[in-house]
Amino acid sequence: MLEEMIRVENTTYEYGIRGEENHLIAVDNVNISVKKGEHLVILGHNGSGKSTLARLMNGLLTPTKGNVFVNGMNTKDEDNIWNIRETAGIVFQNPDNQIVATIVEEDVAFGPENLGIPPVDIRKRVDEALRIVEMTEYKNHAPHLLSGGQKQRVAIAGILAMNPECIILDEPTAMLDPIGRTEIMNTLKKLNKEEKKTIIHITHYMDEAVAADRILVMEKGKIMMEGTPKQVFCQVDRIKGLGLDVPQVTELAYELKKEGFNVPCDVLTVDELVNAL
Amino acid sequence: MLKDITIGQYFPGDTIIHKLDPRIKIIIIMMFIVSLFFITSFSPYLLILAFILFTIKLSGVPFKYILKGIKPLILIITITFVINIFMTKGEVLFPLGPLNITKEGLYRATFMALRLIFLITGTSLLTLTTSPISLTDGIEKLLSPLKKVGIPAHELAMMMTIALRFIPTLLEETDKIMKAQMARGADFESGNIIRRAKNLVPLLVPLFINAFRRADELAIAMEARCYRGGENRTRLNELTLNKQDVLAVSLMTVFFGFIISTRYI
Repeated sequence: MLEEMIRVENTTYEYGIRGEENHLIAVDNVNISVKKGEHLVILGHNGSGKSTLARLMNGLLTPTKGNVFVNGMNTKDEDNIWNIRETAGIVFQNPDNQIVATIVEEDVAFGPENLGIPPVDIRKRVDEALRIVEMTEYKNHAPHLLSGGQKQRVAIAGILAMNPECIILDEPTAMLDPIGRTEIMNTLKKLNKEEKKTIIHITHYMDEAVAADRILVMEKGKIMMEGTPKQVFCQVDRIKGLGLDVPQVTELAYELKKEGFNVPCDVLTVDELVNAL
Repeated sequence: MLKDITIGQYFPGDTIIHKLDPRIKIIIIMMFIVSLFFITSFSPYLLILAFILFTIKLSGVPFKYILKGIKPLILIITITFVINIFMTKGEVLFPLGPLNITKEGLYRATFMALRLIFLITGTSLLTLTTSPISLTDGIEKLLSPLKKVGIPAHELAMMMTIALRFIPTLLEETDKIMKAQMARGADFESGNIIRRAKNLVPLLVPLFINAFRRADELAIAMEARCYRGGENRTRLNELTLNKQDVLAVSLMTVFFGFIISTRYI
């Protein structure tokens, strides 16, 4: 549990060339250590550098300065790049643009096929991955006929079939309706608790951050806050100062407290608030 | 409107024809096409007709489905027919001013029209009974010996798969953009051809930009899933030849061999 999955070390990533107009420091001297089995949520609004950070974590981008290690492998080392991507899979925001094949199970098989795994084992992995995301009954469907949440679960299954230890999700719910979001959140919890996968979930929905072990809040490429959901959301003023919101329940508790009620600041769910009152 | 396009439509089924290895089916269709061009008289057409009817029966595809495939091409068939009727010189049957309908013309026109109809039905039988995935698999496998001379078999197959995957997505998007632009007063339905073409610009520009954006994202997603070309890649469903496939291809070689030989008898 305490072993290190990903270490981001004094990492800076810049787009464009220094001094030119389009120059942008997306990630600015960041240090992160992600433990194996951890459920980490990275919060931040658009342009805070969180997507760039996700791409740095599986070698799609290599840092301008500093180093990123995935399971001890440096992402700058070209020889390890496929091992790194096999260890840390990434799910993107738009489910439509990451599904390659015309049939669900063929798409899930795409990753293992690339790894050169024998057909019999691919079959096992595909069935297992579809079972975990509860999409087995749709395995012969065409992806474009599925709902957004279902498509995104297929995309997650596609990563799961590569058997990664760590799954990075870059705003997986941003293009989904509330039902789709709930589906994905349940899948993520299951992956973390039952399959013991390390989850790095990047989002700007505060409600989704409540389930995390640890939260990082990013702003302008820097990590501004870090801690458990209770520690982070307790600092309502600071979060609002960063242009973000706290979960609605926490906000209500905060307002009640301001009005003089004796409510603890660290309530995150409706049940907790009910108990506190 | 856009959803009516039926390129490469697949008619799911579980018949002998559906179960044949796609490579075998492609080879048979190739032989079919080649032999069609070797035929010079009407009598071998009867054999071809028998072959097509027999295959349709075996495949369980309803006959009206096949006819639906011919329908969009009726214009081309008619044009070929008319041109052939008037452009062939020979014994005059009906003089029509500067143009004459000749006996040879009539013969040739019917011959050509039949050839076209057979070509279309034969090839559509292939796409109707073979799923796009096994079709691309078959093409990839058949082309793979040509990799040595620099033909990118795997890449071609991958391109086809992705194209097939994104056709419905892009159609859906076209529909959406069309509605969005119509809501802002764009007019796609009136005016002459030039005007209509001009009116398509606000549809095509966002469609193209989005397509490129999609391509970019898909490329990153594929890379993230360890895609590195066809080398050392395995497949979920490997193609295997069984007895039926060998039997089918041998029978068909004899059959089409005979048809080709009728030209020289």
